[in-house]
Amino acid sequence: MAVKVHPDCRYTKSHEWVRMEGEHAYAGITDYAQTQLSDIVYVELPEPGDSFSQGEIYAVVESVKAASDCYLPVAGEIVEINEELEDTPDLVNQDCYGEGWFVRILVEDPDEVEDLMDAEEYRQFAEEAEEEGAH
Amino acid sequence: MTFVPHTEAERREMLARIGVSEIEDLFQCIPASHRFPTVELPRPLSELEIVREMQHLADDNLDVGHIPCFLGAGAYHHFVPAIVDHVISRSEFYTAYTPYQAEISQGTLQAIFEYQTMICELTGMAVSNASHYDGATALAEAAIMALSATRGKRNRVVMAPTVHPEYRQVVRTYIQGMGVELVGDEGLGSNAPRTDVEALIEMVDEDTACLMIQTPTFLGEILDLEGVAEAVHAKGAILVVVCNPISLGLLKPPGAFDADIVLGEGQALGNGLNFGGPYLGFFACQEKYVRRMAGRLVGETVDTEGRRGYVLTLSTREQHIRRERATSNICTNQGLNALAAAVYMAGLGRCGLAQVSQLCYHKAHHAAEAISVLDGYHVDLTVPFFHEFVVRCEKPVADINRRLLYDYDLLGGYDLGQTYPELAGHMLLCVTEMNTADEIAQLVEALEEIAR
Amino acid sequence: MTEPIIYELGAPGRCAARLPDLDVPRAELPPAPLLRDDLNLPEVTEGDLMRHYVHLSQMNHGVDVGFYPLGSCTMKYNPKINEDMARLPGLVETHPYQPEETVQGNLRLMYELQEALKAITGFTAVSLQPAAGAHGELAGVLMIRNYHQSRGDTQRTLMLIPDSAHGTNPATTAMAGFEMVELKSDNRGNVDLDDLRAHLSDRVAGMMLTNPNTLGLFDENILEITRLVHEAGGLMYGDGANMNALLGITKPAETGFDVMHLNLHKTFSTPHGGGGPGSGPVGASPALAEFVPGPIVYAEEALIAEDEVDAENGNGNNAADSPSEYHRGTWYSLRMPPQSIGRLKSFYGHFGVMVRAYTYIRMLGAAGLLEVTEAAVLNANYLQVILKEVYPLSYDRTCMHEFVLRGEVEEAPDIRALDISKRLIDYGMHPPTNYFPLIVPEALMIEPTETESKRTLDAFVDAMTKIAEEARTNPELLHEAPHKAPVTRLDEVRAARNLILRWQPDGE
Repeated sequence: MAVKVHPDCRYTKSHEWVRMEGEHAYAGITDYAQTQLSDIVYVELPEPGDSFSQGEIYAVVESVKAASDCYLPVAGEIVEINEELEDTPDLVNQDCYGEGWFVRILVEDPDEVEDLMDAEEYRQFAEEAEEEGAH
Repeated sequence: MTFVPHTEAERREMLARIGVSEIEDLFQCIPASHRFPTVELPRPLSELEIVREMQHLADDNLDVGHIPCFLGAGAYHHFVPAIVDHVISRSEFYTAYTPYQAEISQGTLQAIFEYQTMICELTGMAVSNASHYDGATALAEAAIMALSATRGKRNRVVMAPTVHPEYRQVVRTYIQGMGVELVGDEGLGSNAPRTDVEALIEMVDEDTACLMIQTPTFLGEILDLEGVAEAVHAKGAILVVVCNPISLGLLKPPGAFDADIVLGEGQALGNGLNFGGPYLGFFACQEKYVRRMAGRLVGETVDTEGRRGYVLTLSTREQHIRRERATSNICTNQGLNALAAAVYMAGLGRCGLAQVSQLCYHKAHHAAEAISVLDGYHVDLTVPFFHEFVVRCEKPVADINRRLLYDYDLLGGYDLGQTYPELAGHMLLCVTEMNTADEIAQLVEALEEIAR
Repeated sequence: MTEPIIYELGAPGRCAARLPDLDVPRAELPPAPLLRDDLNLPEVTEGDLMRHYVHLSQMNHGVDVGFYPLGSCTMKYNPKINEDMARLPGLVETHPYQPEETVQGNLRLMYELQEALKAITGFTAVSLQPAAGAHGELAGVLMIRNYHQSRGDTQRTLMLIPDSAHGTNPATTAMAGFEMVELKSDNRGNVDLDDLRAHLSDRVAGMMLTNPNTLGLFDENILEITRLVHEAGGLMYGDGANMNALLGITKPAETGFDVMHLNLHKTFSTPHGGGGPGSGPVGASPALAEFVPGPIVYAEEALIAEDEVDAENGNGNNAADSPSEYHRGTWYSLRMPPQSIGRLKSFYGHFGVMVRAYTYIRMLGAAGLLEVTEAAVLNANYLQVILKEVYPLSYDRTCMHEFVLRGEVEEAPDIRALDISKRLIDYGMHPPTNYFPLIVPEALMIEPTETESKRTLDAFVDAMTKIAEEARTNPELLHEAPHKAPVTRLDEVRAARNLILRWQPDGE
């Protein structure tokens, strides 16, 4: 199965995406991640105002069979969370790069984003991961 | 008798199928030097002999069926309707395990779902889990949950000195590796034996995860929870209330006072004294904390044909999935004890539980009033209490209890000096619906004679 | 088949239990703001209540209903005499705070159970406090922590845990403030010794090991593992969930374990109760003996007063402080061990469960317990040798009391362990443990126990063989299974997304 990516996003090895919009960034989990988790039943998000460093755990996403920690792709302060996810966590399954976003971040250092994988690099990375998982 | 069914012929046939000649061949993986040690145990007994042996042990005890009991202090002698034991003796219930396979565990699952519903009603809370080991461990889990709910940023727990002494010890055992500061229960303070709730609230600061109090307290006092939750929440902390489930037949539940977590010892609900266990810890919380709650939870859903059914849910919080990040290491609930509690609550029902509660209340107050006028004893009748009260005695409590036992065939109260040095010479008496007016009269008369 | 919720069966005013009238004057009630208005509990008759629970019980599978090969849970037959003994009023209608002299029978029972468990495991001390296996595990890990702290060895914060371990091990480690380090298994299912050596240091507090492990395999290097860990200054924690494989076969303490919990509800035939109560006593080596949770029962020779309390004939003639006569005897008392980690629960443990386990041990004796393990291991190997021809077996060697198959069928790629499990329900059997241990894909963990006859085992083989055939010829039959249970497969996603955790009347 092909791994879906979004051209405007940057990616982490732990399957999170981040997309810059001005000094803010949106973040969420990738298509590969939501497929692995299958039906998502709950997303635990931080509170607006909380600050995290890059790679710190900021959210937990749960399916029936697994709970997985999410690491913030860039350091910064959470300015907004996707409140829709509270009642309709399946938005993450349906549209992980769009309506299934997790948080909006006030980014401390935009250069951090540049160090992450771009869409093509991530596609390769995720496809390799998928192949390994199949064995 | 070993309950092993094989005949010698079958055993031989099975060994042959495996491809070994002797049963010992199956144990070659055990280091030879450590294989087949001698185990020193008494000779095996037949069923008839074990019955005699156990009856012999029972004869060395004195049970509450043979002596009026005025002892409470966390384990209570209540009437258990016959139906409770008949239901929990159904071996489809008691020989099943945790309902992992929902399709063939609907009995256990629905029974827990009903239990959860009744605990919510009793406590005035939104969510109940399937139960903990006992009241003490439920409190320890509440402390851990509060620490986690405040996201590990708060490291202090304030606990009232009038929470059951053993519960306080268990909390300390549980959190000893967590680097948490536990304060508030160092001494009873100037109001003893009353609880200074204001002083406890004062101790709640910006680093405090929760305030844990008990009502009725270990010393019997009913606390007024009005405004407590508000004050605790103002500091960003959580209010944990330990309560007696039978008292909730009469008293407004902690949920009505905005408590965040309500828990307690559920033994009084249809479970016998059992020399201290097994009991069950009931545990309920506000909806927003449901994913922080440890222990099993049963949820309603539908099957592929749309029929109502029940499953274990939110299991991702649990140890087998979250491993080192689980909410707790607890794997099970007290299934059969929770079933007994459910049958008890449903059996007594809306009116019955209120009646038990009232019987306890009035009988205990009758006893307290009678004792308060005796020479040599002091009872502060201005303290609101449910079915336990403190008696200050002019003679040592141990002596009084010994005389009650040997001279009057009465099981006296709990000697408070054992756990509260400042209450040496104080006794905690408990009266339930099991104590008749006659028994209360015997107690009062005995105390009067002992004081002379 | 569904059963209404108990609330739905009620009608206002009904009650299934009658209490006596108040026989003392009414007292003044507390002020109204402290009182509740209403308590919404069911209102049913006793007949309706009994029928409700009988219906519910009929929707359950238990050991008394049929085969229950749930791996790692030891679902053996629960002797009925256990239940009767645990209901002897003289034993169980006793208050935990009664004076010691009025519960000598109970204390002796607990003491003798402690002694029996010591004899079986080889440990120096046993505490009966823990309420369940996971609770015993917490005790053990805290004991290891306190041991190192008492020696000022505070830098030991790592706990080694093999990848085949129960999920409770990591969770417990975290609760006790340790950090876990995962160890790999080798291709025979043993702990990888090289990986162990690589992780040993003066930061290691100990190692948690289940032996036999969750694959049902006895670690062939056990003596070397415990030697290496001890040499590095660490202690060995044993998970006794699999003790049914070792009764009379080997004593864990003698193979180098310092602390281990036992599951009375697995090994010693006490019922699982639909998920509890269990009982998880811990045994400890000399190094840890003083750290066990308490109180525990001690016995000593003493002069004992003759005048017993006799409730029926008590006439108050005996003076309290001057018993007439004394005799020499054994006196049992509850005390806290000197360096105890503390209390793990209120009172003394699950006494009712101890009564059952004690009954069982006394009835079997040493020879009986050995026979139990021999038959448990015989049954598991018998099933393994036949079923490995039908389903893949990852670690093909003599197993102990259980073994792990892969729930995979050639030519039926869509079939998963879960499908096989659900189909077994249609054959009247409880499925094996699914998806555990994690190191075996599509794991089916099978533990027949010693109380199952060859006839039952053969029926299980037949069912598993037929299911493999059905997987090839009619996979839908498996995907849609079970067909003969009270309900079909339940929607777990719906349950987790739309939480309904209590009953509400219609329209609320």
